[in-house]
Amino acid sequence: MHSPLKSVNSISQNPLRVLRQQDVSAREVLVRGCFRTVIMIASVVQRWCGTPLPRCILLFKIYRKKTPNYCMSYSMLRRCWMNKLPVLSNNFKMQLLNLTTQIDKQEVIDLSKFPVERIRNFCIIAHIDHGKSTLADRLLEMTGAIAKTDKNKQVLDKLQVERERGITVKAQTASLFYTHRGQQHLLNLIDTPGHVDFSYEVSRSIAACQGVLLIVDANQGIQAQTVANFYLAFEAQLTIIPVINKIDLKNADPERVESQIEKVFDIPREDSLRISAKIGTNVEKVLQAVVERIPPPAAIVHDPFKALVFDSNFDHYRGVVANVAVFAGHVKKGDKIVSAHLGKAYEVSELGLLRPEEHPTQKLFAGQVGYLVAGMKDVKEAQIGDTLYLQDQPVEALPGFKPAKAMVFAGMYPVDQSEYPGLRSAIERLTLNDSSVTVQRDSSLALGAGWRLGFLGLLHMEVFNQRLEQEYNASVIITAPTVPYKAVLSSAKVIKEHGREEITVVNPAQFPDRSVVSKYLEPMVVGTILAPDTYTGKIMTLCLNRRGIQNNMVYVDDHRVMMKYLFPLNEIVVDFYDLLKSLSSGYASFDYENAGYQAADLIKMDILLNGRPVEELTIIVHRARAYSTGKAVCERLKDSIPRQMFEIAVQAAIGSQIIARETIKAYRKNVLAKCYGGDITRKMKLLKKQAEGKKKMRRIGNVEVPKDVFINVLKRKNK
Amino acid sequence: MIKHKMRAAGPVLVAGTGERCLSALNSRQFLTEDGAVSAQREILVKEASLYIHWPYCLKRCSYCNFNKYIPKGDNNHIVSQCLQQEVATLLQLSQVSRVTSVFLGGGTPSLAHPSTVSDILEAVSRQVSLAHQAEVSLEVNPTPEGRAKLKDFSHAGVNRFSIGVQSLQNDDLSRLGRDHSAHHALQTVEEARRLRPGKVSVDVMFGRPGQSLASWEAELSELLQLCDDHVSLYQLTPERGTLLFKQIRGGEVTLPGDHVMAEMYESARRTLQRHGFEQYEVSNFARNSEVSHHNMSYWKGRQYIGVGPGAHGRFVPLGLGGAHREARTQTLEPDVWIREVRRHGHGTRRRIQLGHLALLEEVLVMGLRMTEGITHKHWQLFSPQLGLRDIFGSSADVQEFFHRGQLTLDDGGLHCSRDGLALLDSMLPTLLLELERQQTVESAKS
Repeated sequence: MHSPLKSVNSISQNPLRVLRQQDVSAREVLVRGCFRTVIMIASVVQRWCGTPLPRCILLFKIYRKKTPNYCMSYSMLRRCWMNKLPVLSNNFKMQLLNLTTQIDKQEVIDLSKFPVERIRNFCIIAHIDHGKSTLADRLLEMTGAIAKTDKNKQVLDKLQVERERGITVKAQTASLFYTHRGQQHLLNLIDTPGHVDFSYEVSRSIAACQGVLLIVDANQGIQAQTVANFYLAFEAQLTIIPVINKIDLKNADPERVESQIEKVFDIPREDSLRISAKIGTNVEKVLQAVVERIPPPAAIVHDPFKALVFDSNFDHYRGVVANVAVFAGHVKKGDKIVSAHLGKAYEVSELGLLRPEEHPTQKLFAGQVGYLVAGMKDVKEAQIGDTLYLQDQPVEALPGFKPAKAMVFAGMYPVDQSEYPGLRSAIERLTLNDSSVTVQRDSSLALGAGWRLGFLGLLHMEVFNQRLEQEYNASVIITAPTVPYKAVLSSAKVIKEHGREEITVVNPAQFPDRSVVSKYLEPMVVGTILAPDTYTGKIMTLCLNRRGIQNNMVYVDDHRVMMKYLFPLNEIVVDFYDLLKSLSSGYASFDYENAGYQAADLIKMDILLNGRPVEELTIIVHRARAYSTGKAVCERLKDSIPRQMFEIAVQAAIGSQIIARETIKAYRKNVLAKCYGGDITRKMKLLKKQAEGKKKMRRIGNVEVPKDVFINVLKRKNK
Repeated sequence: MIKHKMRAAGPVLVAGTGERCLSALNSRQFLTEDGAVSAQREILVKEASLYIHWPYCLKRCSYCNFNKYIPKGDNNHIVSQCLQQEVATLLQLSQVSRVTSVFLGGGTPSLAHPSTVSDILEAVSRQVSLAHQAEVSLEVNPTPEGRAKLKDFSHAGVNRFSIGVQSLQNDDLSRLGRDHSAHHALQTVEEARRLRPGKVSVDVMFGRPGQSLASWEAELSELLQLCDDHVSLYQLTPERGTLLFKQIRGGEVTLPGDHVMAEMYESARRTLQRHGFEQYEVSNFARNSEVSHHNMSYWKGRQYIGVGPGAHGRFVPLGLGGAHREARTQTLEPDVWIREVRRHGHGTRRRIQLGHLALLEEVLVMGLRMTEGITHKHWQLFSPQLGLRDIFGSSADVQEFFHRGQLTLDDGGLHCSRDGLALLDSMLPTLLLELERQQTVESAKS
């Protein structure tokens, strides 16, 4: 158990750390509040102690001079009086809390004024680039949450990678005040991640809503993600409002899109709204539809407090900031709450609305959505989907919680081993905000010390890597992604060793031998592909090559086909999407969702150089794909291992059986033709470079393999 | 520090101690060493060969990445004067007392007036001794104009001609940008042989675009009918920045595959041997011991002074109080070089001191290009502490070369086998690493 004061204090032990804090907006909010709080605290302390606090004030002044960061001076001051007054009565703490609360009262919104009937919780779901964030900007402007300027572009997308890729990675939430027919309504817009990699996060966001705006581009029509997102909302039985966006575009064909929606989603065409979020056409109608069509949350104010965590962020100053949807009762500062998943108790130190900046309030009531700070130190303490309740009034947890599960794994290594500590801290800082990334230390003979990271999906992995590079300036080698296989063990001895019958295998080196296994399982996904029908043949061939099994195929309109395939995840993680895009001239869209595990004939394949296995190149592969995979790896090795003075056999082997072979011919002649007085400087330079390079080579038997070769073979091909 | 100590210790210094750097040579220090070796060492800093670079060509060959310029006007006279001036300055800097050989290369030095050669030789003789029989070589472009001047060059003091025949196929010659025909080339060789019998070398190139093994063999046989006692045989190597490089990258031109290249080299080695030519270096073959003494001195790690635009040198600038051998490069661009020579007496653009290890590395890399390799005595001249056996005798990686019969370390020294010579560049990085490792251990000891 932590008291809020204590936790704030300990987080700010290191003032420098506070200074490094990335989240500027959160800091600004604090700055405003803290500065006033400082003065109040000073006077309270003075009143209670009967003595002035010249030292504290002095300190405060010094720090104000040194840096304009009020948060820091605030923490220094607190530490100072905590030291002076080691024993404080709870009474005093309460007084202090009341004081801080009063400060906020001036601009406080009385949330109790909004009965459940006047609350709407909704989210926006869309395929990439169909205009979700632009519509959110307009809604925010129209309801006065943000000023209306030209600069409002993707206000809810804070990360550089989000703006660049036009996707939302971290969900943002905004509470909007909207007056409809003379009555002020509280509309909570819960922004969702725009990709099904984050489908679990999407499903949790959806669980906090009663309705969704399903945005479809008037030009592009329904795309793969539109379909995937629709089903998430449909299964959650939410009210779905189709919004056809970008009707201002020259090639817009809202009628066609309406009929697609009718055909694919069975929603009457009259229900679709036609808007242009960019220029504001009909956006007001969207707000009206939200109030009129989406039901209020079924929340009961008088029941014990119960809230769903649907997102969380890490703030270096306050710790975890959880975004919650209150399903019942209310919560206020000082309340002792418990997380259902971990059973740990916390004291609420701050809560409020997101507009979209944090706006502290006194309480949050049933049906409302907001943020909450309760001294949690790790995002894993506020996992998405978890339920919060009051310590003395336990309730049943909300259904559907599952800890995030990594589906795509990749090795991550610093380009240079000297960069290991820097990369480590960058990864640590990034994972502070993303509990869904699993991190495991790993080391490779070729690439040195690094990590095996688990991601929700491919995009998640790419986004993580891009953030590492952009926000932390770290350059990394990322190995080709692999998927988690499972093995059902048959040998009692091995079962005992592992403590269970079914084990998950991420690292090929740990792949159990067939003799102790009754079956292997591989993760499956259902992939949705939407493309113009001219590409159907090519796409079907590609899918077939990837062991895909077609579930169905529907024409969504006269020219566009939607195909559903069951794929082994392994078959789509590396280059499937790139191939799909290129064979369809960029017109096909693809999305997938997890579909459990299926038995598969998996084998471990070794890669040999002159008969010696190369440990870091061992691959788990489906028997049917062993030859083509082995051949491809051998070819890549042949092209990248420099010729040596002897012949090198590059082989792929299953057990003792060689299934593919390439030969790297020996050099027969390698000597500079002309080497006289003027040539030697240049020759020496080259030779010294080669000699240096040799030091970094990995020896497999007598074969020297430059590190680049491993990188070429192991890393993902660039798109 | 070490140098200082040695000076102080002077004559009492015993063999096998202290001496870290050959270039800190001082004859007194070697009084107690083997007399022959110490005498040799002394000669090392007292002698140098001289390379003179003539920077102009009339035409650019598609494969050539040498430092050459198409002249804008006739400034031969100025260049000639500057060459003499730079010779004088650098000889003074080096404090050598004897020039062992002179080589005029380029560019196209046969474009220079023959008096340039005599002037330079005079400039040399004014300062140092130049033996009467010292080798004075000239690179000759086998055009009729070049041929016509041979006699005058011979009179001017040139006693060895190196003729850039390159090919006996006219199509290939024009494709490579050469400005002569095969017929011209043969006439030039004939004239040169008449003037300096036994002292004529021909350069010939294999692995040309579209060349087959059979056509190469035929061509070489034809050449051997007419050539003198020396042949330099070069595999055409596309260099970055040349037209040929671009043509190959653009796919307009294809060179024979590696396998064919290796076969052409092998076949030529056999053919030359049959005709009494002994291979003495990767690309050089001589009959009747008519080797190029000038080039041998490069491979044996001797001092050389480079004069002219872009020329390289390796010598101890004793005249500047220097004690270490330096790698020196002259200014590349002729006009700038001329300005600098006129202003400062020389156009040295870059001086890099070669440390002990760097010097040994060059000795190793150059020495192994010779079929005789590096004798123990030769190595000891540069590395009194660490013998070849100390360095290469125990390394597992080097052992592999021995096992495969590519390299030999015996009483004769360290040398490549016939097969090994063709693969020298694959072995050198390993050998250099071993040298560095042993040298580091040795330095740590003292």
